[in-house]
Amino acid sequence: MNPKLAQKIAFVFLLIATLCVIVPVLIILFIIVKQGYSAITWEFLTTMPRDGMRAGGIFPAIVGTLSIVLTAISITLPIGVGAAIYLNEYAGDNALTRIIKLSIVNLAGVPSVVYGLFGLGLFVIFLNLGVSILAGALTLSIMELPVIITTARGALSSVPQSFREASLSLGVSRWQTTRYVVLPNALPGIMTGAILSIARISGETAPILFTAAAFYVPHLPRSMFDQVMALPYHLYIMSTQIPNVPKNLTFGTALVLLMLVLAMSLVAIVTRVYFRKRRKW
Amino acid sequence: MVDKIVATTLNCSYGKVHSIKQLNLTVFQNEILGIIGPANSGKTTFLRTINRLNDMLPGFSATGTLTIDGADIFAMDPEALRRKVGMVFALPLPLPMTVYDNVAYGPRRHGITDKKEIAEIVERALCASSLWEEVKDRLNESAMKLSGGQQQRLCIARTLAVEPDIILYDEPCSGLDPISTAKVEEAMVELKKKYTIVLVTNNVKQASRVSDRTAFFLMGELIEIDQTAKLFVSPKDKRTEDYITGRFG
Repeated sequence: MNPKLAQKIAFVFLLIATLCVIVPVLIILFIIVKQGYSAITWEFLTTMPRDGMRAGGIFPAIVGTLSIVLTAISITLPIGVGAAIYLNEYAGDNALTRIIKLSIVNLAGVPSVVYGLFGLGLFVIFLNLGVSILAGALTLSIMELPVIITTARGALSSVPQSFREASLSLGVSRWQTTRYVVLPNALPGIMTGAILSIARISGETAPILFTAAAFYVPHLPRSMFDQVMALPYHLYIMSTQIPNVPKNLTFGTALVLLMLVLAMSLVAIVTRVYFRKRRKW
Repeated sequence: MVDKIVATTLNCSYGKVHSIKQLNLTVFQNEILGIIGPANSGKTTFLRTINRLNDMLPGFSATGTLTIDGADIFAMDPEALRRKVGMVFALPLPLPMTVYDNVAYGPRRHGITDKKEIAEIVERALCASSLWEEVKDRLNESAMKLSGGQQQRLCIARTLAVEPDIILYDEPCSGLDPISTAKVEEAMVELKKKYTIVLVTNNVKQASRVSDRTAFFLMGELIEIDQTAKLFVSPKDKRTEDYITGRFG
């Protein structure tokens, strides 16, 4: 075949493959916005559900999801990044670290409902935290650790080795090299991992099903040890457990969940842009 | 002549690869020792053993002794050692920050916080590497925007800013044009007054231009070491002669 024609065909195929990614996203967004936006009112966002979820707002579910997700990410991010720094910058390649790396991969492959049961057993019952924000957040953070560690390690190892050597050759310690040369340059990549994790944690239902979420709580959480309503679980209840819920309320809830994820990710995105701009190579 | 760096029956290997064999070599204070030799002759390994950067490589091991001012470097704290022994790499390796921050990086990490003191160190280091005139108005630009030759002199300045005794140059001009090379060499000859310099180079002419003595390495062995003038005019070993006259493989 003529190489020019072959190139054209290849490009067309690659373009189609790319569009296949965009199209479903747009369709999902379109459906949710179209069906749900009529439900979005100030009252919907700031009041309690009424009439067995068939009317009123979703305020407690918003508060619940926010508190679970923010707690989970603030537990998992430092631990995950710390583990990634240790594995990438300090640990040698030996039997132990290979086992650790293998466990991380395996941890990523565990279905989320299994994490839910694990959280129920360890945090809710054994550590006696009860069904609570803390138990749910801990469960989610363990589920998210492999993702954070893997993306953070990728970001760390993409910092050229020569930067480390240049810093070390000045008599700068390994920790200072990590802190002042490696981490700042790896931060955009680490933030990408954080963004993905926030999105995934916010939408997960199974891990919080037994550990944090409640069908209905008539008040807002007062402490980390309270049960809460959560958006994904609330969505599940509205669409399967209760008959005759107005459709726009269900889709409105989905829309709010999407917006919430976007808002939380925005913080990470802004940090990422800031550090990418500062990066000068 | 004061002995600065002394290697005695030094052997280095990476796993099973024996890259330096039974090396006995002395570097005198305030001289430029040029090390020439073909690829895989152990030149760079020797340099990276002196500041113990090789410690980080998996499978690296060294036996024998290597002393600086009489102190065994393998018994020293590597960070303290590297403050005394600066290194300039083959490719210009500025850190991804401004020109100023690059030079200030070492002193800051070593605990100097006084802004005025740092500014003085930066200016002094950039002057010593003959870069000050070219960058004094560009100190807050990214170091990545400098030309290759300027970047390499910036790296020299960054090394000087931590006030080492010894500077190791690892083929510092391999990526530079002749004019930049001349500037780096000029700076090197000037620096000899204060520092001891070991220069590894693939460029035989460079060794003949700047070094006081020259050593010829081949396959991990030191074949010959002598005053540069003598080595280049009347080498004792046939292999040295072949290499410097370009008849070597």
